[in-house]
Amino acid sequence: MSDEVNLNRRQFLTKASAAVAGIAIAPGMLLFDFAHGRPLGEAASNAVRWGMLIDTTQCDSGCNECVTACSKENGWPEAKSSTDVQWIRKVELKQISTGRQSSLPMMCQHCAEPPCVDVCPTAASFKRADGIVLVDKHRCIGCRYCMMACPYKARSFVHEAVIDHDSDMPRGKGTVESCTLCVHRVDKGEAPACVEACAKAGHRAILFGDLNDPNSEIYLRIRSVTTSQLRADLGLNPGISFVGL
Amino acid sequence: MQNTFTQSESRYFYALVAFGLLIAAIGLAAAHYMEQHGHVVTGMNQQVVWGMPHVFAIFMIVAASGVLNVAAIGSVFGKIAYKGRAPLAGMLSIAMLAGGLAVLMLDLGRPDRVIVAATNFNPTSVFAWNLPLYSGLFFLVSLYMWALLERRMNGWVKPVGIAVFTWRIILTTGTGLIFAFLVARQAYGSAVLPPMFLVMSFTWGLAVFHVVQSAMYAWNGKTLDPAILHRMKNLLGIFVIGTLYLVAAYHLTNLYFAKQAAFEHFILRDGGLYPVLFWGGYVMFGSLLPLLLIFLPGLGKPKFVVAASLLVILGSFALLYVFIIGGQVFPLSIFPGYEVSSNFGDGQIASYHPSLPEFLLGFGGLAIAFLITIVGVRVIDSLLPHDRVERRHQEAG
Repeated sequence: MSDEVNLNRRQFLTKASAAVAGIAIAPGMLLFDFAHGRPLGEAASNAVRWGMLIDTTQCDSGCNECVTACSKENGWPEAKSSTDVQWIRKVELKQISTGRQSSLPMMCQHCAEPPCVDVCPTAASFKRADGIVLVDKHRCIGCRYCMMACPYKARSFVHEAVIDHDSDMPRGKGTVESCTLCVHRVDKGEAPACVEACAKAGHRAILFGDLNDPNSEIYLRIRSVTTSQLRADLGLNPGISFVGL
Repeated sequence: MQNTFTQSESRYFYALVAFGLLIAAIGLAAAHYMEQHGHVVTGMNQQVVWGMPHVFAIFMIVAASGVLNVAAIGSVFGKIAYKGRAPLAGMLSIAMLAGGLAVLMLDLGRPDRVIVAATNFNPTSVFAWNLPLYSGLFFLVSLYMWALLERRMNGWVKPVGIAVFTWRIILTTGTGLIFAFLVARQAYGSAVLPPMFLVMSFTWGLAVFHVVQSAMYAWNGKTLDPAILHRMKNLLGIFVIGTLYLVAAYHLTNLYFAKQAAFEHFILRDGGLYPVLFWGGYVMFGSLLPLLLIFLPGLGKPKFVVAASLLVILGSFALLYVFIIGGQVFPLSIFPGYEVSSNFGDGQIASYHPSLPEFLLGFGGLAIAFLITIVGVRVIDSLLPHDRVERRHQEAG
């Protein structure tokens, strides 16, 4: 009888330790469960569609960690004036009918049907096979038509000379830029900087992963909770979805 | 017809050319300044990305197409009084298109990459469609002027005239589509915009033609037949009414849609400068007053028609400012049903204060159009028809 009890206790301890270890490494593993990075030289595949699920109920209105992390990762100075670029911003919301308040990070929504790509005269705006919408900085002529076309105000125009920029993320005066979903990190099998920063801050409001992978956490979450896309009426099918809007 | 100019006429001409060159040079210097420092020296920002240069450029491009109406009425619809004016209309069209495109190109973030626009063509972009449309218009209008001015080519006037007429309708439709295809913003994304731009082009083109024709006749010491002015002023009046009608249709349909109501209230009532420019600048001074000057018994004389045309042109700038800038300062509706705030202007009316270099670039574009026109008129004598001769033909016919 007592042996049985000890065995059960042992089993319990084993399982509990595994669970604690799981929780401990969650920010590193569970929040963004994409399979692996792509080898250099291999083209992005449309078998994958990168996306995010932003839980506005977990996003703290006083927290700006995602914005700071993006700014640091991609080498754009945090915005001080109306001409400064902003790849990601925090938006504070108050529902008019109920007064309910929420907060969320806002960036390029990486649409499946991106209007910025449609309108770009030189095809500098483009969508990668894996759904990431980017700007070819060498081809952008700075006409700003994409900024007129974006329903999310996700793009910024570089109004001034760029003094020092990151080698991973070339930037230049007179061109348009926006969130790249940290493509340079994703290609190495890492999560975007904002996702990592949000998890580190303990909010876990941003879940990143492959929307096409039926085993990914983002896929399973989107199947199990009510989510919404911004300006869904436009039929652009953004890669970013929200919980709690 | 030989060109002979007195010394004083020549001096007058060279003074005008020098004036045009000076303004164009200042415009180029302003563009250079903007390119050196970036758009931070303009009034534009992350919310208002198209500023004053676009107001100038779109005016010139729309009017460049509209001015061809004068040619079309002559060559396509066979009205003799207009036929003699076709070469001047063609020259003005080329001049304004060149001026407008120069402003548009020089306002790019990377004007040095303009060759990229010619070598990388995105078939889904209306901007990209406009490139062949603009170059096609230059080509067709040049061909048309050759057919008009070269006696051996006269037989080609009608077919080329029809081609120009068709092309310019498509071109202005393309200009309207730049905005009509923008689903993101409440001011745009409407199917009424291409026809609205088309009728605006008729009005603005004819107004520009009236002003230029009167000035050119006066400077070149020629007299304009009052009967022709009378006919053309009535046409201008009808076009002004047509533009008012389409602008009203655009705003009224918007007002009827609840989701657009806030935007319309802003533009038409609460938006400070924008309602003032719309009602005062466009409706009162740019449309109703010109209509009075044109149609009121006792008025309608040449100087009143020129005054009416100038008012129409000023009104068109007011309308374009409200349409282009007002359409951008109003916040995007990303979260319907929520009050929104951020440090990126979400949920707030943006501000825009056009800077001096923007105006200088715009005036530089106008100066380019002015230079092409005065030099063209000087070099090609038959741009200004001798009305009395024409009238004799008309009476005989």
